[in-house]
Amino acid sequence: MTTIDPARSTREGVHEQPARGGTGTRGTRILGIATIVAMGWLVAFGLGFSPADRDQQESVRILYVHVPTIWIAYLAFTVTAIASGLYLFTKKKSLGWDRLAGASAEVGTVFVAVTLVVGALWGRLTWGVFWQWDARLTTTALLFVTYVGYLAVRRLGGSHEQRARRSAVIGLIAVLEIPLVHWSVRLWRSLHQEATVLDTDGDIDMDGLMLFSLFVGVVAFSLLYAWLVLHRTRVMAMEDLMDDRGLDLALEARRSEGRRSERRTGTPDPRPAGDTIDKDGAR
Amino acid sequence: MEDAGFIIGSYVLTFATVGLMAWRVLRSGRKLADQIPDEEKYWL
Amino acid sequence: MSTEPTRDPAATEPIRDPSSTEPVRDPAATHVTARPAGGPPGAWRIALLVASKDLRIEVHSRVLTNQVLPFAGVTMVIFAFALDADSVLQRVAPGLVWLATMFSLLVLVQRAFAVEAEDGALDAMRVAGVDARAIYLGKLLGLGVQLLVLEVVLLFAAVVLYSQTVPLEGVVLLVTTLISATCGLAAVGTLYGGLAAGFRGRETLLPLLTLPAVAPVLIGATRAVEAALGTAGAVVSDGWPWVGLLVVFAVAFGVGGSLAFGPLIDE
Repeated sequence: MTTIDPARSTREGVHEQPARGGTGTRGTRILGIATIVAMGWLVAFGLGFSPADRDQQESVRILYVHVPTIWIAYLAFTVTAIASGLYLFTKKKSLGWDRLAGASAEVGTVFVAVTLVVGALWGRLTWGVFWQWDARLTTTALLFVTYVGYLAVRRLGGSHEQRARRSAVIGLIAVLEIPLVHWSVRLWRSLHQEATVLDTDGDIDMDGLMLFSLFVGVVAFSLLYAWLVLHRTRVMAMEDLMDDRGLDLALEARRSEGRRSERRTGTPDPRPAGDTIDKDGAR
Repeated sequence: MEDAGFIIGSYVLTFATVGLMAWRVLRSGRKLADQIPDEEKYWL
Repeated sequence: MSTEPTRDPAATEPIRDPSSTEPVRDPAATHVTARPAGGPPGAWRIALLVASKDLRIEVHSRVLTNQVLPFAGVTMVIFAFALDADSVLQRVAPGLVWLATMFSLLVLVQRAFAVEAEDGALDAMRVAGVDARAIYLGKLLGLGVQLLVLEVVLLFAAVVLYSQTVPLEGVVLLVTTLISATCGLAAVGTLYGGLAAGFRGRETLLPLLTLPAVAPVLIGATRAVEAALGTAGAVVSDGWPWVGLLVVFAVAFGVGGSLAFGPLIDE
């Protein structure tokens, strides 16, 4: 964990101006352009060139965004689990893994939310209802809530290491939970197969241009995922640095308080300079 | 036609959401980058 | 997780420095025995000690009997206010029993860790080198016993309030379901309780973490109890696959939880 030199900040007032810019690098700029191009192709093929489906007519076009978003969400949560494992089980315990896990989970959670909403729109067109308690929808809804919980655990406060360890454990537990939930929901819905007009768990047969449009969608959203995660991890690194700097400044302020009171009264300040209080009010 | 509305709406919703995410991450990146010296930025 | 040998509190050997490398001299024997390794025997005893501590606290404080059971009973009653028709209640009774169990689980878990948090007992145990897995198992057992009591009471309430009958052929399935579901619920509750309960500002996180995680138990236990009671034409044989699910769940979370508990409470 790197820290900002507090002496430098307080002596000079404002530290030397960093270069204007942000979290962009040449790599992310290329990635960003590729993403935009791919998204353009997706719109062109998804809304234009690809044909309507025999059964679903035009509503199949929604799937070209709907399916990629959920697949990328699965990818994102897998990355979160792997990064969590790497944080917990490597000797160095680099916080970079923790930030990767967190950024990936944030992106994944948003993607699941989009999946659910867009899926409801698709369901309205194909089944006539916005929602059904079939295996897939139920599991996806629980997936969403599970990772909302993960993100909440990341915000519990405390040191960066505490956050990293807690959420790494939760991130790995989630990978255990999700298959269990999926299995139980599938078993449940398969035994209670109420007559539905359309087989909701069946996949449509896609070929030719339709399959290609889906492929473009997956590529486009994968590029987007990479771009988002790269930027978000860099932002998180800076947020952590700001946290550390805030702590350093607080310590420095405390120390100078102590020195001032010592000079005044001639006796050392009884309270130790290292006193810190975390968000819960615990030491 | 209800269908077209939902279809276009799905694309708009998806792109608007990810666009918002992208904008927010870029904006907070710029804001923070002004306050952190360059040597702390591992990606540069 | 602690790798030091667990100190067996019931032993009569003199207190030793765990980092010393001299072999233990068993006063009763003429040969030198090897240092006792940390492992199952010590851990089980500690788990039982933790569990019996929790249960003794419960017996003295009567929180389960005075607060949680009445709460569960009240939820069973107000379900009837929301679900107006007798026929509906009868049909969904098994589900309502498990719903009431889930809500009461949250209260029980809060309680189980609040008793530790007040005196920092968890930290004290960890600092003393107690194996986190043993603590986890002990809390799990204590919680499980209280849950079982709760579930039995709720079943009686369902019999009375929702006109349920328990056919003889369903009793074995019913009992097996109760035990396997309870193990799973206690495993999840203890794990997330360690993280969330007992700390100001974290307790509200417990329901959000726990309820999605125990969804499989809610599904499986309800279906199994429906089969045991013959609800809506279900037969007893329908229930056993669900018991299988409950057992897998309990084992998965029991093992996962015991491994995860240490890192989670070591702050």
